[in-house]
Amino acid sequence: MKSLKSLCLLVGALSCFTAASISVAQVTYERILNAESDPENWITYNGSYKSQRYSTLNQINQDNVDELELKWMVQNQVFGAWQSNPIVVDGIMYVTQRPNDIMALDPITGRVFWTYKHTNAENALVCCGANNRGVAILGDTVFMGTLDAHLVAVDRINGKLLWKTKVGEVDEAYSVTMAPLIVKDKVIVGVGGGEFGIRGYVVAYDVETGEEAWKFYTIPGPGEPNHDSWEGDDWQHGGAPVWITGSFDPELNLIYWGVGNPGPDWNPGQRPGDNLYSDSVIALDADSGELAWHFQFTPNDGYDYDAVQVPVLADIDFHGTPTKAMLWANRNGYFYVLDRVTGKFLLGEPYVKVNWSSGLDENGRPIQTPQPEGMPTWPGNQGGTNWYPPSYSPRTGLFYFSSWEDYASIYKPEESEYEPGRAFLGGGFSVLTPAEGAPGVGIGRTNPINTWTDEVGHAALLAIDPQTGKAKWKFEQFDVSDGGVLSTATDIVFIGGREGHFHALDANTGELLWKASLGGQIVMAPVTYMIDGVQYITVISGNSMATFALRQ
Amino acid sequence: MTISAFLVGRRSLAKRHLLLSCAALFIAASANVSNAQTDDHQYTTEAIEAGSRTYVQQCALCHGPQGELVDGINLRLGQFRTASSDEDLRAIISGGAAGGRMPAFSLRDTELDGLIAFIRAGFDPSGIAIRIGDQVAGQAIFQGKGECSACHRVNGQGPRTAPDLSDIGAIRTPNALQKLLLEPASVLAPINRQVRIVTRTEETVVGRRLNEDTYSVQMIDSNNQLRSIKKADMRSYDLSSNPVHQPTTLSNDEVADLIGYLLTLRGLQ
Repeated sequence: MKSLKSLCLLVGALSCFTAASISVAQVTYERILNAESDPENWITYNGSYKSQRYSTLNQINQDNVDELELKWMVQNQVFGAWQSNPIVVDGIMYVTQRPNDIMALDPITGRVFWTYKHTNAENALVCCGANNRGVAILGDTVFMGTLDAHLVAVDRINGKLLWKTKVGEVDEAYSVTMAPLIVKDKVIVGVGGGEFGIRGYVVAYDVETGEEAWKFYTIPGPGEPNHDSWEGDDWQHGGAPVWITGSFDPELNLIYWGVGNPGPDWNPGQRPGDNLYSDSVIALDADSGELAWHFQFTPNDGYDYDAVQVPVLADIDFHGTPTKAMLWANRNGYFYVLDRVTGKFLLGEPYVKVNWSSGLDENGRPIQTPQPEGMPTWPGNQGGTNWYPPSYSPRTGLFYFSSWEDYASIYKPEESEYEPGRAFLGGGFSVLTPAEGAPGVGIGRTNPINTWTDEVGHAALLAIDPQTGKAKWKFEQFDVSDGGVLSTATDIVFIGGREGHFHALDANTGELLWKASLGGQIVMAPVTYMIDGVQYITVISGNSMATFALRQ
Repeated sequence: MTISAFLVGRRSLAKRHLLLSCAALFIAASANVSNAQTDDHQYTTEAIEAGSRTYVQQCALCHGPQGELVDGINLRLGQFRTASSDEDLRAIISGGAAGGRMPAFSLRDTELDGLIAFIRAGFDPSGIAIRIGDQVAGQAIFQGKGECSACHRVNGQGPRTAPDLSDIGAIRTPNALQKLLLEPASVLAPINRQVRIVTRTEETVVGRRLNEDTYSVQMIDSNNQLRSIKKADMRSYDLSSNPVHQPTTLSNDEVADLIGYLLTLRGLQ
């Protein structure tokens, strides 16, 4: 009996090798380059280099979406907002969990193959939670940034460390929370720490050795162009972090990154000038890291309007002209269309109430209208939107993202002195509430009761037409949402929110097609993939990762 | 509870009408705070500042600059061994206590007022010091003339229509308590709003909101029952931006007494 069992196991293993041809292919650069035509895998953080988070899988459609059923759940072993974005490659899912673990698991059953645990330095410091947003993969290596500002390379089959390199000074509160971006033979990350007076940068490493290939400072030093957008020594601790994964246009050989707030956050008077390249999108040469162009959304920002959104690349007919466009709903409340070849401003429209600015000039520069002391500023400190990944559907031509409506903050700027590894904030803010002392919107939800209510802010998923910058429809929720978006070729948009409801909407109308109430805040985008002819949708809610597929 | 008590009319389930008017209210309320320093219900800014000087000269040696150096007492946070009302404090300062370990101080009335004001302001010279009266008289007002116990429950007694006040003294400052009495609308947390729902089966449900999301509302209804109602099952959903009770008509002394009583409600230990 025993020998028979062994024999069966062996036969099973062999048949597995022959049947599953997917397991032998390496994750080459060419595969990442062509991710859009490989929808069965979700191979990078943003789904493809264009970062559209649009899938051509079509098994789940508007007629059968209500037959989605839960296939499995995995519970995070660590409490806290689970902001990770899984990737799925050749039948294996790789996802990170707090504070800095990688898990490899079976995307059909949710069973875990291995975990890799990175132990962070005790003084690792991040402003807003021990988040990690996911991994990148190339060849047989999985790459992850760490809260103590390292980059680790891990064998994707057995989960063992291959190399580890230092990205930044943990003593000065540098960190890496984003999923890395792979381009050719380089793995590229940016650094967080915009609340601690860092000087931000994007840095590329050789994928084999972990040796630094190039580094681009997001605050120009003395003698570099635009250094004069800072005064005195302000540039040394001016923030401008990069903590969300960028995009890549292979034809232009440009990588695009959103840059975060200047520091100290809320006291613009303490750092006169435009404070470049804070709150900007930067276009860098993918091989050398040299700056090709920049566009600044919020000069001399006093509201923490990080431009840490995902740069979404779309080739569209813009007002009759074929255009290599970049679509961008910014934290400052404006939606932008840029020419991604040159950085030229093409369109900008407010998508929520905005009163820090009365509009944009012909170059897209905001006309700033700071509010009197003690008066509310719209949008509030978390912004009209934030880092939550948007989606663009080439089928509908609409750009989908989570916005916060009716949400304002009152800022109190103060002088701050820089001390290494300490918060460098320049004052503070309070959230506008309808009653004195009433709860404001927190960074995340830790209470199943919505104590702040929609009167302090609520979610609207906006479907914006890039031709006009106006929403074609919106889908509102009572609470706010940090949900990222997934759109599909069957004109479905998937979106979550802090209430824990996971919705499928008609991408053309916003009509609710289906929902599942998962109970925990959804603070990331869902992903989709297909294995053995079954399309799956995975979404993280609270401390659980849930995967759905159609009823068999 | 009548329909006319509801400020907002028919509320579209997808729209949010309240925010702008409430935002304006918030700003107005904030402005009031800084102007209301000579209100009859509280001590003046001048008294608090004078008290801070008296405190440094007479009290800080034993009680410490933060008022916490004597065991069991934290003057800044309003924690005392035996005193509760302002009169209690006045008596202890003037007469001494704890078998003479707290000596008797002979201070002028204005100095005493200033000291109590400084303590009630939480040691913040720019803070607000609320007068705190007699807790026994306050309890009588709570149960009688003030009609508080008609809606509020304390330590297992009374209806559940309005929020339970068993621990209100631990979670609200004297200043917030006074505002709840004098300007209830300006400090009502939005989640606690009164709701009025008419269901598709023509049932009218009135009560206090406990929680809400995109698809449903959870509440305590006027029969003291927990209810969860789906928005899809509602014909109308109205929210009141006013608490059930109006600004109090009690006298200044009665308000001070009532606050004195409410501050003793610190929950089950």
